[in-house]
Amino acid sequence: MISIIVKQVVIFFILVLFQGLILNNIELGGYIVPFLYIIFILALPFETPKWLVLFLGFILGLTIDSFTNTLGMHTSATVFMAFCRAYVLKLIEPRGGYEFNTKPNVQMMGLSWYFLYATVLVVLHHFFLFYIESFKISQFFYTFGRAIASVFFTMVLVLTVQLFNYKPSTKE
Amino acid sequence: MRNLIQFFTKNSYVFIFLFLLTISFVLLVKNNNYQNSKVLNSSNFLIGNLYLTVDNIYDYFELKEVNKKLAAQNAHLQSTNIRSFEKIFGTTVIIEDTSYSQKYIYLSAKAINSTTNNRENYITLDKGALNGIKAGMGVVSPDGVVGTVKNVSQNFCSVMSVLHEKNAVSAKIKKSGYIGSIVWKLGDYRIAQLKDIPNHVKLQIGDTIITSGYSMVYPKGILIGRVKEFDLPEGENFFNIKVEFSVDYKKLSHVYIIKSLMKEEQQKLEALNVIEK
Repeated sequence: MISIIVKQVVIFFILVLFQGLILNNIELGGYIVPFLYIIFILALPFETPKWLVLFLGFILGLTIDSFTNTLGMHTSATVFMAFCRAYVLKLIEPRGGYEFNTKPNVQMMGLSWYFLYATVLVVLHHFFLFYIESFKISQFFYTFGRAIASVFFTMVLVLTVQLFNYKPSTKE
Repeated sequence: MRNLIQFFTKNSYVFIFLFLLTISFVLLVKNNNYQNSKVLNSSNFLIGNLYLTVDNIYDYFELKEVNKKLAAQNAHLQSTNIRSFEKIFGTTVIIEDTSYSQKYIYLSAKAINSTTNNRENYITLDKGALNGIKAGMGVVSPDGVVGTVKNVSQNFCSVMSVLHEKNAVSAKIKKSGYIGSIVWKLGDYRIAQLKDIPNHVKLQIGDTIITSGYSMVYPKGILIGRVKEFDLPEGENFFNIKVEFSVDYKKLSHVYIIKSLMKEEQQKLEALNVIEK
């Protein structure tokens, strides 16, 4: 139990530093920024209490916000995503429910399941984030394009991380 | 009553969510108005120091470029030095040094973090309250205007960049002397718009745009950029002018913070006009 917590804390800090110091400086085409940090919420074990996911989302968003001086923006988007996670998990639950001690990743749940799961949540997070940032209906399509493009790059990164964590030997 | 309690326990998940979402919206609104939350932004001690360390590493890669720029500036300063002027009329020339009084003081600083891809971009500098920095001071780089100091902590300050939707700079066309304002909108970080130039002004591509000195933040005549393209929409009284910044905000490193010595005096005087109304 303790080792899981320590591991998660370490992952949290690595992701926050990676996002704050490296990814935030990547600007593809001028205004597309990949937000890999949300993989922290994506990768939490299935049996994490729902309320804990919300609080973790809040803390994660707040930390990212303090890097970019946009207090509240990432916080609200990440909390929203954490909230939706429970419902998305319920919607795409495989027959017989989730097995105990499994995690939402490609290795255990298969690529198509993971792709659906990650895409839905990344889309929810990015659209919430970009519309909160622009706060104007007049730039609807412009913001839409930004969000779609960023979703694409975040998904590429999320799947890349999955690729690196994939261990074929341990699979039966 | 029991039903009510049951209702709350049953939906506690939704309530926690709404509670956290409300907190973040409060933060968002408060932060957008005043940047009140000085604790959690990047002039915050911990993250400021983190950025400083990373920037120290980046610095090594930029040394060559920076040296070149400083050398060029040194050469320019040398050439304006009194020693590089020759007296033409022997001893009869008087240098009237008492008719000048200093209006601006320049403090050198280093940008340790900056963004260019948001609607509201900020730059963090490595000078703070301990160095006498106060909110509202102007920041320039050897190439041109950079921004205005917004928040100050002990060792750092964060600067509202020119690349900020709410930061308009009072600008002047150097050739004709007309005053307008430079406004930047999200998109290309090199291009801004010059507004309020009436349609009878003669313009040319490549015209130099400088600061007007009206705003008390920047001295007069600091370079902003050059006219890249302009057009006059049918039936409009004002030009549509695109200006290319002279500063590359992605390569910002050494900057100067400007302390205006007469700012308070000017502000006091102008405040009188408001009171008399």
